[in-house]
Amino acid sequence: MTIKHHLPDRLLMAYAAGQLPEAFSLLVATHVSLCDECRARLGAFEAVGGALIDGIDAIDIGEAALDAVLARLDELPQATRAEPLRAAGILPAPLADYVGGDLSAVRWQRIGGGVRQAILPTARDASARLLYIPAGMAVPDHGHRGLELTLVLQGAFADANDRFDRGDVEIADETLEHMPVALAGEDCICLAATDAPLRFRGLLPRLAQSLFRI
Amino acid sequence: MTEQSGLPRPQGLPAARPGLDRTRGRVVSESGTDWAGLLIEVRDRQDRAAFAALFRHFAPRVKGFLMKSGAGAALAEECAQDVMATLWQKAHLFDPARASVSTWVYTIARNKRIDALRKARRAEPEELDWGPEPEPDQAEAMEAQEETERLGRALARLPEKQRSLIEQAFYGELSHSEIAAETGLPLGTIKSRIRLALDKLRHHMT
Repeated sequence: MTIKHHLPDRLLMAYAAGQLPEAFSLLVATHVSLCDECRARLGAFEAVGGALIDGIDAIDIGEAALDAVLARLDELPQATRAEPLRAAGILPAPLADYVGGDLSAVRWQRIGGGVRQAILPTARDASARLLYIPAGMAVPDHGHRGLELTLVLQGAFADANDRFDRGDVEIADETLEHMPVALAGEDCICLAATDAPLRFRGLLPRLAQSLFRI
Repeated sequence: MTEQSGLPRPQGLPAARPGLDRTRGRVVSESGTDWAGLLIEVRDRQDRAAFAALFRHFAPRVKGFLMKSGAGAALAEECAQDVMATLWQKAHLFDPARASVSTWVYTIARNKRIDALRKARRAEPEELDWGPEPEPDQAEAMEAQEETERLGRALARLPEKQRSLIEQAFYGELSHSEIAAETGLPLGTIKSRIRLALDKLRHHMT
């Protein structure tokens, strides 16, 4: 699997710094699970945090605190070797964790045209949802306010500029009016995270939007 | 002080303790302590003296980090204890070829901050296990530590304004949209080293 569309540095740094809204964290963690390139770049940003810890003013904590932790260690089972936390299905582990299983556990809502979505439970400062777009179907035309990230999990879609396959991330903001179309062959499943509600063109989609929180 | 904990403070470098490392010579970084070696003692032998040495060095720094992130002294101390307990519990996930101990401790402290201070949930990437047997060699482990130290020196040399922006980002004073990724820090070499370590890991996993 060759991933062509990666996460931008500022998102990896914000994730490394612990500053992303939960919905974006979920998307970043899911992409990094699939992409060694971004895992390595994330590791480099996390090393900045390590360097800060090295150089920070230490605040005295006292031996009593050490004794308290030592006393706790007996009750802390120490795993010896990890069973790799690897998901066997389509959904990488962090996403499967939110869904409560693989694809079969997703509770889809129909939003018209064969397109389905499932909103994932995250803090409300941003939202995350799974999208199911039948092969050959267009995702409803929409503009953006704020930032929207779309990660392909199955199948592929194309917008005016490019093609996105499993693991690829499309980054959209106010400047991009796009009309992604799921490519023929396999139904397309994506994880989308946005920090502003999408607005759809046309009355019906807008009604659907208010009903389905998209 | 030391007597209270009932544990011997490691004398000098861990390398001086017999039986620690029978096959490879230990390389010690400029900071004088092989933190990765101590953490591996914790991982493989549940060595409490090694844990105590890690605690004395890192717990006060984690407390400092959490206080810079806005926690009061009591909460920061409580969380620092939790962070060190997590280090004990999750030692098996530490991969010295990919991260220095400082970096790994930072990631645990960051997650604790999100959990305790922001009361939010945070998704983590899938863990990569070491697979059947590959033990990263000592040189790789030292490289990660030395690189973090080099990064610290580079950070100290940055113009004040730039360094302050990076610190604000990591102490949680900037929102994600305010974070600019141009750090001016030599992150490319770190990325390349981690990438090599990952390739090796994947090779062993398949």
